Amino acid sequence: MGIFEAMLLTIITAATPLVLAAIGELVTERSGVLNLGVEGMMVMGAACGFIATQVTGSPYIGILAGIAAGALFSLLFGFLTLTLVANQVATGLALTILGLGVSSMIAEPYLGQSGIKLPQIVFPVLSDIPFLGPVLFKQDLIFYLSIALVAGVNWFLFKSRAGLKLRSVGDSHASAHALGINVIRTRYLAVMFGGACAGLAGAQLSLVYTPQWAENMSAGRGWIALALVVFASWRPWRIVAGGYLFGAVSISQLYAQAFGIGIPSQFLSALPYLATIIVLILISHNRRMTLINTPASLGKSFVPDR
Amino acid sequence: MRIELERRPDVSKLFSILSPFIALGLTLIFGGIMFMMLGKDPIAALYSFFIEPLTEVWSLHELAIKAAPLILIAVGLSVCYRSNNWNIGAEGQFIMGAIAGSILPVVFYEWQSPLVLPLMMLLGMLGGALFAGIPAFLKAHLNTNEILTSLMLVYVAQLFLDWLVRGPWRNPGGMNFPETRTFDATAILPEMIASGRAHWGFGFAIIAAILVWFMMRYTLKGFEITVLGQSQRAGRFAGFSSRKMIWFSMLLSGALAGLAGIAEVSGAIQQLRPVISPGYGFTAIIVAFLGRLNPLGIVVAGLVLALTYLGGEAVQVSLQISDKPIRVFQGLLLFFVLSCDTLIHYKIRMMWYDLSETAGKGIR
Repeated sequence: MGIFEAMLLTIITAATPLVLAAIGELVTERSGVLNLGVEGMMVMGAACGFIATQVTGSPYIGILAGIAAGALFSLLFGFLTLTLVANQVATGLALTILGLGVSSMIAEPYLGQSGIKLPQIVFPVLSDIPFLGPVLFKQDLIFYLSIALVAGVNWFLFKSRAGLKLRSVGDSHASAHALGINVIRTRYLAVMFGGACAGLAGAQLSLVYTPQWAENMSAGRGWIALALVVFASWRPWRIVAGGYLFGAVSISQLYAQAFGIGIPSQFLSALPYLATIIVLILISHNRRMTLINTPASLGKSFVPDR
Repeated sequence: MRIELERRPDVSKLFSILSPFIALGLTLIFGGIMFMMLGKDPIAALYSFFIEPLTEVWSLHELAIKAAPLILIAVGLSVCYRSNNWNIGAEGQFIMGAIAGSILPVVFYEWQSPLVLPLMMLLGMLGGALFAGIPAFLKAHLNTNEILTSLMLVYVAQLFLDWLVRGPWRNPGGMNFPETRTFDATAILPEMIASGRAHWGFGFAIIAAILVWFMMRYTLKGFEITVLGQSQRAGRFAGFSSRKMIWFSMLLSGALAGLAGIAEVSGAIQQLRPVISPGYGFTAIIVAFLGRLNPLGIVVAGLVLALTYLGGEAVQVSLQISDKPIRVFQGLLLFFVLSCDTLIHYKIRMMWYDLSETAGKGIR
């Protein structure tokens, strides 16, 4: 395997959690809800995924546990912001703080254990294609899921009736409500989908990226995923492009160190965060484009008239 | 069962005062349940978490030390949040303030003068304000979301500090430990009262809280902050500039976080290390909301959250459990505070059966 192939593989592994968390958050935001708790849901997914895998011995049960943890945890956010109309920004922060706390508490006994890595699924003929084969067809289940999810979300949002309803809720909840769409239910489902995706992204971290548990192991990836949604201007396929770009930036530090480039490691570790800021600047300085793309009701609470 | 909200005609005075207390009560109940699930006596656990630290003089001093940065940062954040600027990177501004203020005792350590300490505090505020100036500039002039940029800069600040104390600022006589030289006596913030360790950082916090409370309540600036926060449009009609407000609130909160940083380093740690904050910048967000974004409320809320840090240490010793429940407590508290705030603006009605469905059937 050439160095370029190996590099691509690490980029994919680094990018998959970003893509997953971002595609979930994209659906949530398309319904008009800004959930800043991605980091918290992700780290809960990582913890529960790891624990379930250690207990049952099956990383596939770990995946399910991660998804369930993320979805259940997001319900907490949904209850506060949708039923009790609490401030979305503050509640998202609360979810992140609580997630980091709860995950480090429940997974503490598993600290330092070596986990079980999710096995690769090899497509017989396709994986023999030179170069592309091993990169695209010799991956784990979560990678395939991430691509399928992006395609599925793209179809759902722009080709299905339910997707149209979801977008209308995000663009004008009052009109959607007047048309008889159940705004609150739609948003609950969108929030839970976002939570499930973030949980799956977390499970990827503790089952594929580094098969072990470490406190705060999401390390800001949830926040980068939030930035990715803005970067992608709320369009699914652009999430993949952005995610892989960020994946490349975040592993560049490993290669820079391997090649002995004389930059302090801390500066290289800061690169993904700086890159996020730069990308946000580039995307948002055009006020009109931002206005056109942003779901119009994003972050606004809805209380139906009675 | 369904839960329905009905908007109150007026803001409920009763619940604006009660809601933080209801939230605290609920957190205590949930905390007790949590300790029970960990197999500990909940009463004993809660006692050593929340009461024991208050029974001795030295731990009251520790309480003031921990409350100082929380109050300072949260007072600044309250101005941000009231004006609808979501600075969540106070942790980074805290670190940069600590670094900027430490230039004197670390790089110019030979200069010993009574001027050092005041200059350090000023540099700390400047460092924090400049670092908060980055998201402020990006939001005010390039329309970039301040939530994400301010948060990303926290990681940058942490890594920058890590590089400094392992690299150029490492103590030459420190056996290669990742820490700077210890500060000279002239660079150490003195104790406030003779009975213990509590330093002047707590004094700064009280002064800042009173000043900001006065500004919010009695000055035009305070009114401007509230108006722009509630409706940018209304603020524009009044001739207030939301762009200037972004700068004002971010720089103010950055300066206060920076002051908190240098006061903590100079008063409590007395050198720079790779990690100088147990998440004060994030906990201060909880403090700000528990204090209902009111500077005087924030003083009380800061003491409460400081107590959770001390209580966490206390239960570690007395019950042999880890310090992890602290963060869970803090997260739960913010959740309950936010949900109880609903009571201020809405009446909550529980519907045991679905009215709309029965009504619909009647028509059909």
